[in-house]
Amino acid sequence: MQAVKIVVTGPFASGKTQFIRTISEIEVVSTERRISTAAERAIKDQTTVAMDFGRITIDKDLVLYLFGTPGQRRFDFMWEILAEGMLGFIVMVDSTRPETFREARNILDTFRRYAQTPFVVAANKQDLEDAWDPEDLRIALRLDGRVKVLPCVATRRDSVKTVVLELLYSILEELSASQR
Amino acid sequence: MALKGNLRDFNTTQLLNLIHLARKTGTLTVESRNGTARLCFKDGKLIYAALDRQDGRLADVLIRAGKIRPEQLKAFDLTHLQDDKVLGLKLIEAGYVTQQDILNSLRAQMLDVVYRLFSWNEGVFRFEPDLQALQNRIPVPMDLENIIMEGARRLREVERLKEELPDLDIPVRLTSRPEAIRKVQLSTEEWRVISQVNGRNTIEQIMRRLNMDEIQIRRIIYGLLQAGLIELGAPPPATPPPGVPARGPGSGVSRSVVEKLINYFRRL
Repeated sequence: MQAVKIVVTGPFASGKTQFIRTISEIEVVSTERRISTAAERAIKDQTTVAMDFGRITIDKDLVLYLFGTPGQRRFDFMWEILAEGMLGFIVMVDSTRPETFREARNILDTFRRYAQTPFVVAANKQDLEDAWDPEDLRIALRLDGRVKVLPCVATRRDSVKTVVLELLYSILEELSASQR
Repeated sequence: MALKGNLRDFNTTQLLNLIHLARKTGTLTVESRNGTARLCFKDGKLIYAALDRQDGRLADVLIRAGKIRPEQLKAFDLTHLQDDKVLGLKLIEAGYVTQQDILNSLRAQMLDVVYRLFSWNEGVFRFEPDLQALQNRIPVPMDLENIIMEGARRLREVERLKEELPDLDIPVRLTSRPEAIRKVQLSTEEWRVISQVNGRNTIEQIMRRLNMDEIQIRRIIYGLLQAGLIELGAPPPATPPPGVPARGPGSGVSRSVVEKLINYFRRL
């Protein structure tokens, strides 16, 4: 049985755990703990401290693992471990919280250093009124036109599926280019 | 789609950069303890700016600029004072001002508002795709590149610069719109930096070559980035420990595996 992995990363409370939950065939193994700081507690009650883990069985020979990274910088020692051997990664951004965009950009740069693998940016929470348009997000994150910035609602299976598919298309393109 | 936030998280320079690059049309309103600023944009160009309710009216602008005296306005019907276009024509016809006086005064007033906005560190902003604030006013189109560069030059907070540009080990490349560089007025130091931008040199390498300090290079690169003249490249990969192969795309996964994944998700 071959196992491949995709990493879902992004700032605190950007929707990484929900993204994996929506598509995983197993109950996501979450290492969530109650939040200790008041500022973070105002946004959500629990956070991922080590990783989230989801699984999708493709066929009898292939399984896809989805790993979610903890969002806070104080757990960034976990990121490099999780990035090891990944096919590609998804950067989740909460489109309604511009205060997290700078952090999203820094996380993206960090992951690009760990591995030169394809990635896409998921502009999450697009169903909310205050969500920034994905193209505005592209400029705010200083991403060039080649980077895919995709509208996303992490609670919707179709939306999550589209984001994963777009990442897979990028991976396939990259493989084709490297074989030329 | 909303464009809301706080200048604390997304400052004026970044906002103008976004409006400029996305060629947006609409009104940006910023509310802070310093007052309320309203800026109108058309296709990514600034066309009107006012601070608080009265500040952008032509009569006030011309009086403040010393182009007319308040008593000269008494000869006009009150309704003329409400519509800047009508008032402007009447003032020109009366020989009090020229068209150039009006345009120059409005430009100076707009710049004054925007430059004041650069000093606001906090304030709730929202961008709406309508131009209602422009009603009865004269739009004067101004390119944003030079305004953004000036905003970056005025950014004095070192901590903020470090937050915006935390890593100097990143290559920079010229924009895909080289014509933008011809439009903008750059200082000698900014030109020296531009001359070193080739897609391979990192910010740190440019700093060393030009014998600049960290703050200086951060401020210049930040300004050039915000004005859309240069772009950040991909950060170089971390060097793997000896004997460990560098991790490339796909990590040794075959095409057929990825195609299998794609087929699975298409069917899902």
